[in-house]
Amino acid sequence: MNPQPKSHPTPARARRVSSGRYSLWRVFLEGLTGQRGWSRAWAKATPRERYRVVIVGGGGHGLATAFYLATEYGISDVAVLEQGPLGLGNVGRNTTIIRSNYFHPQNIRFYEHSLKLWEGLERALNFNAMVSQRGTLNLFHSEAQRDLFTRRANMMRLLGVDAEALSREAVKELVPLVDLDNGRYPVLGGFLQRRGGTVRHDAVAWGYARAASEAGVDIVEDCEVTGITRDGSRVTGVETTRGHITADTVCLAVAGHSSRLAAMAGLTLPIESHVLQAFVSEGIKPVLDVVLTYGAGHFYVSQSDKGGLVFGGAIDGYNSYGQRGTLPMAEEVAAAAVTLLPGLARLKVLRQWGGVMDMSMDGSPIISATPLEGLFVNGGWCYGGFKAIPAGGLATAHLIARQAPHPLAAHLGLERFAAGRTVDERGAGPFPYAH
Amino acid sequence: MLRIPCPWCGERDETEFRYRGDASKVRPAADAGLAAFTAYVYERDNHCGWHLEWWLHVGGCRRLLKVVRHTLSHEIHAVGGPEDQLSPPPGLTR
Repeated sequence: MNPQPKSHPTPARARRVSSGRYSLWRVFLEGLTGQRGWSRAWAKATPRERYRVVIVGGGGHGLATAFYLATEYGISDVAVLEQGPLGLGNVGRNTTIIRSNYFHPQNIRFYEHSLKLWEGLERALNFNAMVSQRGTLNLFHSEAQRDLFTRRANMMRLLGVDAEALSREAVKELVPLVDLDNGRYPVLGGFLQRRGGTVRHDAVAWGYARAASEAGVDIVEDCEVTGITRDGSRVTGVETTRGHITADTVCLAVAGHSSRLAAMAGLTLPIESHVLQAFVSEGIKPVLDVVLTYGAGHFYVSQSDKGGLVFGGAIDGYNSYGQRGTLPMAEEVAAAAVTLLPGLARLKVLRQWGGVMDMSMDGSPIISATPLEGLFVNGGWCYGGFKAIPAGGLATAHLIARQAPHPLAAHLGLERFAAGRTVDERGAGPFPYAH
Repeated sequence: MLRIPCPWCGERDETEFRYRGDASKVRPAADAGLAAFTAYVYERDNHCGWHLEWWLHVGGCRRLLKVVRHTLSHEIHAVGGPEDQLSPPPGLTR
């Protein structure tokens, strides 16, 4: 597909200051020597005129793609362009949940691989991302829902992924706060994935950025892409607020704004942008040591290490680029929270925010080549981009380096829509607002 | 909270309505081919700016409305019935 990529000399590389290996021994040593040995976690690079690969978007997926390109596929002539400072986009604005309890076998395999990468991530990055496998518990409230969840759990177990059915009593034992016999939707039981949990999201961005920078990737902050240049049907680079950058390959990893960037290349994607809200309560003593989801509405909650309950619900429901939520959804989430966990009714919400997400037409992500040669897209992550960061980055790096889809992400190509091979977890049809 | 001025019921809260997506898409002719139908069913402009969209007034007159709304400010510029040709404010196409 692509001509053999050229290699470009990297004069900036020599000036790079390594932040060194983090270890207990080093903490001890720095403690004795006045903490003077620490340097920046990643080098603030000035963009060069030319790279082999330019990744647009310094969020989780962009940074992970750069990291795996440099470490797994031997391509370190890579720049990651981020319009602002690192970690202020969706990677630092989500509810930090990791899990692999999906319905379709392809999705189970993909997210399970991600979960396995999470399990070894801190060692791979030499960075404490506070990966906490506290378990994710999905409650069900009707016979039909029990059947559906059982089928999903069986599918997971057939593929070697952990899933465990819990009785009402076991749910109560695990989460005493749950009101099993609540008046609206009594809890009939739950399914637990013990290996699911949470990760500190900021540390994921920082850890990948640091490791990618160490591996030779240029992390360029405050560099907004304003155009994508092409020569016929081939991409040639990007226009940015810091000048034109030539590249053999351009990869968009800007979920939330994928359509806007793709439009710069003349492409229309099967994506709508929607707002998802999240909330954090005031800090309280430990009351909840799993990630809990409500089955009769869209509500999920976990407790952060600071003690605040982190929770969220469904998307607001109409196209929006406004990074703020509206009141009806906040009310719906609060109603679900109080129905399931009435003991928390007097808890105050400390802060609330909304993030813009790519809602794809079938509710599944897109890791794909495009009709424009040399342009790749990582996007369409809907609600679930965070948990997929390691596998998404790896699959995107594979696609860029090998010019062929990663076996675990072969079902995520753009061509699936025209071919009628959509991967629709919810069976909701081509309506992004319904996923 | 959006307040949508329904042409038949007057201004109501968004909770009375159901969003039904992009209203700029027109069903192609039956023999238009795969590319045209793929674009119709799946591809969306999804721009940041004025957006022509369907809303169903489920909690009111149960009619379908066309609405021109801004996807960043959420401001509503025009509301009409399904047959109305609505356009964004003059000079502000995006």
